[in-house]
Amino acid sequence: MENKIDAVVPEVKYTAKDFSSGLEVKWCPGCGDYSILAQVQKTSPDFGERKENIVWVSGIGCSSRFPYYMNNYGFHSIHGRAAAIATGVKLANPKLQVWVATGDGDMMSIGGNHFIHACRRNLNLKIVMFNNRIYGLTKGQFSPTSEKGKITKSSPYGTVDFPFNAIKVATGSGATFVARSLDRDPKHMQEMISRAAKHKGLAFIEVYQNCPIFNDGAFFPLTEKETKPDNVILLEHGKPLVFGANKDKGIMLDGLNPVIIDLNDGKHSINDCLVHDEFDDNPTRVFLLARFTDLPGFPTPIGVFRQFNKPTYDDDYVHQIAQVKEQKGVGDYQKLMFANNTWEVN
Amino acid sequence: MAQETEKVVRDIDEVTIRFAGDSGDGMQLTGSQFTDTTAIVGNDLSTLPDFPAEIRAPAGSLSGVSGFQLHFSSSDIQTPGDSPDVLVAMNPAALKVNLRDLKTNATIIVNTDSFDTKNLKLAKFDSNPLEDGTLAKYNVIPIPLTQLTMNALTDLTLSLKEKEKCKNFFALGIMYWMYNRPVEITLKWLETKFKKKPDILEANQRVLQAGYNYGDTTEIFTTRYEVKPAKLPKGVYRNVSGNEAVALGFVTASLKSGLPLFLGSYPITPASEILQELSKYKNFGVVTFQAEDEIAGVSSAIGAAFAGALALTTTSGPGLSLKTEAIGLAVMTELPLVVVDVQRGGPSTGLPTKTEQADLMQAIYGRHGEAPAVVLCAQSPADCFYMAIEAARIAVKFMTPVLLLTDGYLAFGSEPLKIPKFEELSDIPVKFRTEVEGFYPYLRDENLSRPWAIPGTPGLEHRIGGLEKKDVYGNISYEPENHDIMIHKRKEKVEKVKFDVPELEVEGDQEGELLILGWGSTYGSITEAIQHAKAKGYKASHAHLRYLNPMPKNTLDVLKRFKKVLIPELNLGQLAALIKTQFLIDVIQLNKVMGQPFKILEIENKIIEVLGGKNGK
Repeated sequence: MENKIDAVVPEVKYTAKDFSSGLEVKWCPGCGDYSILAQVQKTSPDFGERKENIVWVSGIGCSSRFPYYMNNYGFHSIHGRAAAIATGVKLANPKLQVWVATGDGDMMSIGGNHFIHACRRNLNLKIVMFNNRIYGLTKGQFSPTSEKGKITKSSPYGTVDFPFNAIKVATGSGATFVARSLDRDPKHMQEMISRAAKHKGLAFIEVYQNCPIFNDGAFFPLTEKETKPDNVILLEHGKPLVFGANKDKGIMLDGLNPVIIDLNDGKHSINDCLVHDEFDDNPTRVFLLARFTDLPGFPTPIGVFRQFNKPTYDDDYVHQIAQVKEQKGVGDYQKLMFANNTWEVN
Repeated sequence: MAQETEKVVRDIDEVTIRFAGDSGDGMQLTGSQFTDTTAIVGNDLSTLPDFPAEIRAPAGSLSGVSGFQLHFSSSDIQTPGDSPDVLVAMNPAALKVNLRDLKTNATIIVNTDSFDTKNLKLAKFDSNPLEDGTLAKYNVIPIPLTQLTMNALTDLTLSLKEKEKCKNFFALGIMYWMYNRPVEITLKWLETKFKKKPDILEANQRVLQAGYNYGDTTEIFTTRYEVKPAKLPKGVYRNVSGNEAVALGFVTASLKSGLPLFLGSYPITPASEILQELSKYKNFGVVTFQAEDEIAGVSSAIGAAFAGALALTTTSGPGLSLKTEAIGLAVMTELPLVVVDVQRGGPSTGLPTKTEQADLMQAIYGRHGEAPAVVLCAQSPADCFYMAIEAARIAVKFMTPVLLLTDGYLAFGSEPLKIPKFEELSDIPVKFRTEVEGFYPYLRDENLSRPWAIPGTPGLEHRIGGLEKKDVYGNISYEPENHDIMIHKRKEKVEKVKFDVPELEVEGDQEGELLILGWGSTYGSITEAIQHAKAKGYKASHAHLRYLNPMPKNTLDVLKRFKKVLIPELNLGQLAALIKTQFLIDVIQLNKVMGQPFKILEIENKIIEVLGGKNGK
């Protein structure tokens, strides 16, 4: 009773509207989640899948309402378990394209174990993590990505926790596509989503997303016109790391440490800048870039940190089953029950 | 003409043997080899391994003793036997630990080579029990097993340690001789096992044969015993442990339903063998996902159920606790999911390798909110096969989670399974929803089941989740009346299962003074206890629950036909509490929480006591 999926390429041409469930969207006005939903719906027609073959799985939190608004198969599950449930969906039917919508609390805290192991296995899942650095649905406690010292309802004197850097966690755990985008940069986000859709293996996108109620403006320095150029650096394959309103600042390597250089100081030129290589399978580069957010004065990188190919868990599993079937023959009841020592009573 | 060495052969009906030694002595292997051979020669049998949670406790210590008990007979038997007739003790610690369980006059075969000062001290013997009269009431057969093993292997180039490790096969050879069983089955097994190590193969084969010949030729043994094949119903049999039978049952359910089997599981004693066993069946399309934790085990299974697989997770008590929230999600999303809980001694880490029946309340009630689920149990190792199929059938038919309770005693114990014909087994019809017209995610059929519409089906894209859903339509709903309706529908659906399962049967008189009501693995002990009590003139009937939630529809009717109801269970009275609250009738309890199954005698004495007999207690 295997599920029949006939074609990979949709016969019908979809539009963004085909991916809206029509349900009234109930996020707070001004929430960054609206943008993520819009960009996913806009890019879904290009996923290369019929909409019935796409499944969105989520955990708990504001972000996890996401599947209700998509006109695909959807599963709004329990806190932290989205990656584990998605794993079961994918393994039960590897032909499905399985996406996970999750938040920083859902995926980095209560679901941390499932996240690192999904990355480790390089299962063919696409995980979009909405990072607002706060617990929104429970009304304003700090999250595992909140910056140290943050004052929230559960940390009136400031947190003493160090935050997780999601890019480092994903990379360290073995994810084969790791990217970051911004809720207020729709074009960039669309590109990241489209590329994740086409990646074979575990794709992780962290989207910095504004929570207008409990953490308003957390990312404004990165998203507003006046400040963005100095605070954000765009990662593009094969291009030197340059930023600033006039593209006059660059990143140079001093040993294994990045330094900011002034391209107009007469001592440095664009040739001194580190050139981004997405396909470098050495994770050192990713850690180097991901560390920018921990270094004062450094711009926050957005874009694809790394993308490389290695065998996926689901492909290997399917292959192993086919191989054993070939070696032993397809199982039947006779083979099952009479395989061991049997005896007959007359 | 009889030769001098010819021994007397005595026919006996049944015998219970226990092999005991260090956990590194290979006692489980020795026991299972004796079991396989005994099964093939046609005896009915029942086994009970008993081993420590530590893989290798210090050699020679009391805590490191590992035992394997086997009861075999020329007639139908139900338990591994209360007390051994024969003990094979490989060292002083094994003797010490097992002595109190033996029958008076039991035969004890000891490896005298291990009774040195060091081992006696480790076993906390003040003096050598072989010499100080401790064993006066037993028939002791002292054999220098280690030395005899070494002697048989002098010309081989193996190390001393490797040679010494063969001594369990010398003991096995003696036991084969004593009970007149062929050595060939084990010889053949050794060939497969040590195909790549010809030295070890030869050593073990030689030692096994030497042990057999030793029994045949020495004067120590005067008698050998014959246990004739049992008159079991016609058919083809194989020996199964409970865990093995669970695995076979689910693969069969997969074949019956046409659904691929998905197991999401995390290793845990005593359930891991189900995962190991199922991982062999890839050619049946079985997917075994060894997850990162218990929660991922059940969660992945729920995802697989959503995607259209026959979804299973397996665990024991601590894991069931961790899976609890996710099982609630399966209740809410009304997906077919089977959870196997191989119960062990609790709470917390408790007694991982020992048996108990104390997860019953958790299985039925252990979720937040009103979260009804179907709960079944198996009553013997072979019954695990049938109840696994039942669990799958009910889960799929009623779109509900089903918990199947077994326990350590069933999981590790074994007995012959008469292999049924495929056609004799229940069908598991499955129909995925494909019609778009009139589809609503929570529109219910005559069983109150919602449609199973799996991803990949065009036009049926829908969303499910843990939030309360609008009746029929399946959108999120916070309406007070709707929540009430949905709570009642989920409850009613689970209750409907009682009309889909067999009625509770009574073995013995259909009405009378005393009914023994049991559930799960106590079936064998209760059955034999009733037989023993009957032989002494005390009559009791037996009803055994395999469907615990809901209970069969005639349960109250059965209970009311008896003046007294006795409930023996390996907990502090969980079924008793359920019976009292559900049916408002009084019951008599017999409870035991020692990590061990009931002895037949314990139940027998209680029966006699309840019936006013004097020789109870």
